[in-house]
Amino acid sequence: MTPLLQVENIAKFYGARIGCTDVSFDLYPGEVMGIVGESGSGKSTLLNTLAGHLTPDRGAVRFDTRADGLRDTVTMSEPERRMLSRTDWAFVHQHARDGLRMNVSAGGNVGERLMAVGARHYGDIRASATDWLGRVEINEDRIDDRPSAFSGGMQQRLQIARNLVTGPRLVFMDEPTGGLDVSVQARLLDLLRGLVREMGLSAIIVTHDLAVVRLLADRLMVMKDGHVVETGLTDQVLDDPQHGYTQLLVSSVLQV
Amino acid sequence: MIRVENVSKSFTLHNQGAAVIPVMRGGELTVARGECVALTGASGAGKSTLMRMIYGNYLTASGRIMVGDLDVARAAPREILDLRRNVLGYVSQFLRVVPRVATLDVVAEPLRAVGSNEAEARARAGELLAQLNIPQRLWQLSPTTFSGGEQQRVNIARGFAHPYPVLLLDEPTASLDATNRATVLALIEEAKARGTAILGIFHDEAARDQICDREVDVTRFTPGLAA
Repeated sequence: MTPLLQVENIAKFYGARIGCTDVSFDLYPGEVMGIVGESGSGKSTLLNTLAGHLTPDRGAVRFDTRADGLRDTVTMSEPERRMLSRTDWAFVHQHARDGLRMNVSAGGNVGERLMAVGARHYGDIRASATDWLGRVEINEDRIDDRPSAFSGGMQQRLQIARNLVTGPRLVFMDEPTGGLDVSVQARLLDLLRGLVREMGLSAIIVTHDLAVVRLLADRLMVMKDGHVVETGLTDQVLDDPQHGYTQLLVSSVLQV
Repeated sequence: MIRVENVSKSFTLHNQGAAVIPVMRGGELTVARGECVALTGASGAGKSTLMRMIYGNYLTASGRIMVGDLDVARAAPREILDLRRNVLGYVSQFLRVVPRVATLDVVAEPLRAVGSNEAEARARAGELLAQLNIPQRLWQLSPTTFSGGEQQRVNIARGFAHPYPVLLLDEPTASLDATNRATVLALIEEAKARGTAILGIFHDEAARDQICDREVDVTRFTPGLAA
């Protein structure tokens, strides 16, 4: 099987400072990978580099494109990369306002992604938008409301609908449940798990919440000071951590 | 179906003076199709450790652990995930689920993971839950609110939903009353008859005598304890 994403020796520096370095991994279709580490460990830098928001100083990020198979997204042209990020990729931001247009209706937010890939029929777009709002449990009668009138949890769910409506194959998520209260978080986790299974999505999830990765991720990568210190099956890394830093992380979790 | 050869394992505690604790040496074990083998030994001897090594959530320092055709001790995460989806089931002592997911869906999930359609998977889940005396009015609720015994039964139903060729059972009859205990033992017998290779930990001696063909005492593999 061809990996969906092949990351080779990626490095990103901020001047002399290391953002992240020496990161390599393969992600296969349907796999969910978690990236954990404390703040400043380079996990968000890595995610943004993989998603094309930052240009790496070294390395390759190869994506299995529908037309030409594996292509290096670092060296491909800007329009090609933008097309990928509108069609096959999705990016769920920690703060929903970074991923939404706050002064456009909920339906418009979802519909915009569809129009970006060529949908023009108003009825179809509206029907898709309604369908997706339903899937993320936003009541149909809120379709014409602006996200600024939504609660934080609803905004996050709207952001997910907007991202997934075009049927992407790879979703990048930056702390998707951060800042939400636990009951909303549980609902979002359940939603994400269902979507991953039904749509066969691959996802890379950055979080500092070990309970979230245990439930969502198949594989786990632990970062510290810009380096990957440990990788493996999620439950193996959490139950039998090998690196001192991972042991510290796991043993520091508060029991409820 | 399971063949463990000369495995060893130690834990290194980096944050406690880099203490190295050897927990297993020279572990050997086989389980054939249709056979049920019990792991025995005092608490702390390494029964659960060995079981977790076979399931792949503990790393193995050396030796081989063949489950079917895969050496779990050296397999890539992707291969282990595939093994767990299709071949290797595990009923742990604790239920770990996404909060707020209905019990019926929790039990149906292993079937959904191998591609069964929703209706089929739910029907099978309902059958198992009914067999294990979980009242139907609870099926739509999350098992996180259930009693210990109920959670244990949900866990068992989930473990038996997909007919895995290899099953690991960690105290499947603990905290169950007589009726449910009999049902669980019947499920295990059924799986054996189907050709499932079963490795279990049973503190319940009567249950062990009833369904297990052999016992393996892990004390033999415990460094410092072995005779």
